[in-house]
Amino acid sequence: MENWQNQPNYIKTFDEDECAIYTQDLSVFYGGTIQKLFDVSLGFKKNTITALIGASGSGKSTFLRSLNRMNDQVARVDGSIIFHDLDVNQKKINVYELRKTIGMVFQKPNPFPKSIKDNIIYALKANGQHDKATLEQLVEESLRAAALWDEVKDKLDQSALALSGGQQQRLCIARAIALKPEILLLDEPASALDPVSTAKLEDTLKQLREKYTMVMVTHNMQQASRISEYTAFFHLGHALEYDTTSNIFTNPQGSITEKYIQGSFG
Amino acid sequence: MVKKEQDLQKVVEKAISAQKVPHVKFKGIDPRNIDVARLTKPSKETRQERWGKGLTFLAIILIVILIIAIIGFVGSHGLATFFNDKVNIFKFLFSSDWNPSAGKDHVGAAAMIVTSFAVTLLAALIATPFSVAVALFMTEYVSHRRANLLQSVIELLVGIPSVVYGFLGLTVVVPLIRTIFGGTGFGILTATLVLFVMVLPTITSLTVDAFKAVPKELRKSSAALGATKWQTIYHVVLRAARSRIMTAIIFGMARAFGEALAVQMAIGNAVLMPFNLVSPAATLTSQLTSQMGNTVMGTLPNNALWSLALLLLVMSLFFNFLVHLIGKKG
Amino acid sequence: MNSKRNNQIATGVIYFLVAIVILLLIGIIGNIIFSGISHLSWQFLTSSSSSFEAGGGIRDQLFNSLYLLLLTLIISLPIALGAAIYLAEYAANNWLTQLIRTTIEILSSLPSIVVGLFGYLVFVVQFGLGFSIISGALALTFFNLPILTSNIEEAIKGVPQTQREAGWALGLSNWKTIRGIVIPAALPGIITGVILSAGRVFGEAAALIYTAGQSGSTVDYSNWNMFSPTSFLNVMRPAETLAVHIWKVNTEGIIPDVNVVSAATSALLVIVVIIFNFGARALGNYLYKRLTGAKIK
Repeated sequence: MENWQNQPNYIKTFDEDECAIYTQDLSVFYGGTIQKLFDVSLGFKKNTITALIGASGSGKSTFLRSLNRMNDQVARVDGSIIFHDLDVNQKKINVYELRKTIGMVFQKPNPFPKSIKDNIIYALKANGQHDKATLEQLVEESLRAAALWDEVKDKLDQSALALSGGQQQRLCIARAIALKPEILLLDEPASALDPVSTAKLEDTLKQLREKYTMVMVTHNMQQASRISEYTAFFHLGHALEYDTTSNIFTNPQGSITEKYIQGSFG
Repeated sequence: MVKKEQDLQKVVEKAISAQKVPHVKFKGIDPRNIDVARLTKPSKETRQERWGKGLTFLAIILIVILIIAIIGFVGSHGLATFFNDKVNIFKFLFSSDWNPSAGKDHVGAAAMIVTSFAVTLLAALIATPFSVAVALFMTEYVSHRRANLLQSVIELLVGIPSVVYGFLGLTVVVPLIRTIFGGTGFGILTATLVLFVMVLPTITSLTVDAFKAVPKELRKSSAALGATKWQTIYHVVLRAARSRIMTAIIFGMARAFGEALAVQMAIGNAVLMPFNLVSPAATLTSQLTSQMGNTVMGTLPNNALWSLALLLLVMSLFFNFLVHLIGKKG
Repeated sequence: MNSKRNNQIATGVIYFLVAIVILLLIGIIGNIIFSGISHLSWQFLTSSSSSFEAGGGIRDQLFNSLYLLLLTLIISLPIALGAAIYLAEYAANNWLTQLIRTTIEILSSLPSIVVGLFGYLVFVVQFGLGFSIISGALALTFFNLPILTSNIEEAIKGVPQTQREAGWALGLSNWKTIRGIVIPAALPGIITGVILSAGRVFGEAAALIYTAGQSGSTVDYSNWNMFSPTSFLNVMRPAETLAVHIWKVNTEGIIPDVNVVSAATSALLVIVVIIFNFGARALGNYLYKRLTGAKIK
């Protein structure tokens, strides 16, 4: 393999006010000394979907999970994460409030073992929202936004675990949306789904773009090209290349990026 | 290669152009306007977190205080024999003259110490081959379903109350020993047989875990070298599980050493240095059980009993220490 | 072929030892149940025990055992639950946690007679509670805490990490996630653990003989006033349980039908333990199925 560390990085930059959130020199350490992420500085443009691609262990999931401080318990995160002109990677930041505005959807659908309705209203109630009419309305709106309403409107009181995998994942999106976040982080949201469910999920995400900024980790290059405007390529803990999706896929600057993309499409 | 790149370009262009297909106007939830100030202030969640962590830690502290209190109380009463009543600690450990109400020169616990160790070691000695055989049978010889059946019966045996074992000892083992060896039927042998049955399930189920932890590949590679089943067991399985079997035996011994009622019902309760296995004797636990109610708190005979309890406690700590030691060595 | 013969001999020895153990198991369980079950009559279960004559029952001992078990669980469950949550969810991987775990291991391996004597020293003598149900329940709590804590911790650890992440990602506090999501999901396992520990508590005697006492006072089952000395609910009265009863009638040997009473009581104890053992697993499985909504209504 060529010495990629000597090659220039091609990182697209945005103006500060174009970004919903951006990082500066973000590094992540596990167990005190093992560095998993090296000085990553990326900005995410408002109302777009950005795909994070790269091989397993390239640090893209670690990066994503740092954005809403989900790595707090397992790792040390250095650097800044700027959100509304505020560095949210500080100890004084209220991570609970932060996570309510930066929602997250995981690789494996993880609905609670509760009814479909309770899955959505559980966090709302914990947030102090007890008005029944408002809750009902939020359930419907969020399920509609996640394109799940028509499929489940007659069985809101049934266990969420009885839904199909794809439905469960859209329920998880609805659950996150109900909190009215600004940003949605998606960690390989379609990796556990069949092609039909994946297509539906992608439709949902495309529609959500109008209101939310989304950052999505994916292994699936076709998926990245289908739904994302921008793509960042991660390699061994470094963000090597970041540009519009069409540039990354058709005209990659770095040889590593090119190899990875060709290998993944081929 | 060139063709492939062109194909790729086509695929990507097609995908990207598909993005531009106008989609249904989305009528979803608007993100709320974020009050940035809230991001730097503690909230209800912060308080919940502090409360939850504090509350659960309190439960832990309670348990830790409890164990410290047990060691402290039993320790201070047990040591009073030596510090207040001036009993010579060597005499306590090595003399078998036990008659504390006759004064400080007659507090020798050696007979009970020897008996306690005798029943514990003998029970473990007898139980170990049976336990290892049953564990091998369950892990190496029979199907999972049969092994599970045997396992649940063995677990049941762990759950049988110790007084029930004591009662069985009294009604089955004592008459048996009396018939074979004469005498009263009470004694070390009887207690050992009762304890054997009691520690058998403990040692067995831990040994089963030990064998299950041996990787399958080791057995396979041994078999591939043409080893017989027994050769594999002897050279591979037993060797790999050695330290965990030791741990299992120590757990069994700890149970036997601390068992009170079943032993007390079978051993005859005579504080005499045992000279054979079929005459009445007394262990630390049996003496405690039968005499604690007959002494007055604070007097020498009572403190002497607390010294026996302290000895039990120390042995229990020692068994724990041994298990850790073996665990560390791997 | 030496190795082949060794193999045959070893197999033979193993099968021989296993056969002895199986015979022993059948003998023990069969003996307990069959020698006792014929005396287990309604009359035996509902009449009071006798100190001198034959024909006494075990009504009071049975009630005392159940009452003590209930009180023990009421006291020990919140503490064990808290401790288990701390160990499973909050405890950092450091020396302090190691120390706490070692402490709990020590408590779990203490001989129950030592726990009972500690209870005697502190509650019966020092606090002046005397031989009483409350002293017994506290001693049994100490006896029960470590095993219950580790049972519950196992159940909590069995809940997938993805469930916790789901809660955190919604901005819930760790505590709210534990209470609202993790504990309900672990409930089947927790209930199994509680019942299994209850089986142990039900048969324990050594921790009780110097705390709850070896005799029962006259009890009036129609007196519901907990503070009245004759009430069956009074926690300050001494109380002999089933297991202690077996021990006492055998060591005293005063009543003429000691073997009959002991055999029947033993059978009852073992049957209860069997019911607890299998019931715990069956109930756990049932709850788990209900919870995960395996079947759609």
